[in-house]
Amino acid sequence: MAFQFLINLIITFVWMFLYSSWDLSTFIVGFLVGMIILFIVRRFFPGPLYVTKIYAVIKLTLLFMKELILSNITVVKQVLQPKLQIKPGIFALETELESDWEIVLLSLLITLTPGTLVVDVSEDQKTLFIHAMNIDNIDESISSIKNTFEKAILEVSR
Amino acid sequence: MTGNEIINLLVIVCVLLGTFLSLVTMVGLLRLPDVYSRSHAASKSATLGVMFILIGALLYFYQDYGLDARLILGILFVLITSPVAGHLISRAAYYSGVPLWDKSIRDDLKKVAKKRSSASE
Repeated sequence: MAFQFLINLIITFVWMFLYSSWDLSTFIVGFLVGMIILFIVRRFFPGPLYVTKIYAVIKLTLLFMKELILSNITVVKQVLQPKLQIKPGIFALETELESDWEIVLLSLLITLTPGTLVVDVSEDQKTLFIHAMNIDNIDESISSIKNTFEKAILEVSR
Repeated sequence: MTGNEIINLLVIVCVLLGTFLSLVTMVGLLRLPDVYSRSHAASKSATLGVMFILIGALLYFYQDYGLDARLILGILFVLITSPVAGHLISRAAYYSGVPLWDKSIRDDLKKVAKKRSSASE
């Protein structure tokens, strides 16, 4: 993926050399031309095109923002209730992510999800231990949210 | 309504929201029963509160001086580091034996933590 981006940059600079003009507009046009060339020769690369990865990264960022705002609404509601109605607890969650940065990203996302906080990652990196504010009503819906997070991260990494 | 007024309105809304969220964080720190629940309030509301205040400052100074890249970097750093800090504090609390609230329902980590501490001794 980084390799494809490098090729795109090289094509851009070749384009700028061919025009021998060094301003931003030539750079942008050359970059777009490079993208088109990469799209044409895409079957020679082993992975998917890097542009689709960028789309997945943008989707993940938007998801991040949405969860941050939702979780704040939840915290505000629970803190400002006249009677505390929380039922905290720690539950385990199996994950299928493997590399280190995927797990870091997943636990960042989980920490910013409404009502959950990662307390520990097991030594074989297969289980996350999560502290939840409201464990009885949230257990099922949380696991569905996890599936969307894991899917979004997998879309970025594979 | 001119552009300046719209920006000023946005600045006011952002700073007020940020202050409100910081206040809620403080109330949560006082009201919630144990370290882990407090860590929820501290790691979420404080993040968004500080981010809103920084965004307000960014918009305010945008009128006179243009975009300040250091404020954008500050927003990014706060967004990335504060959940990690919450995680580290609650993990350290768990392994130094701070108990959960007595009304907590489940504790799946107990067995694993016990095994790990007995292995290290």
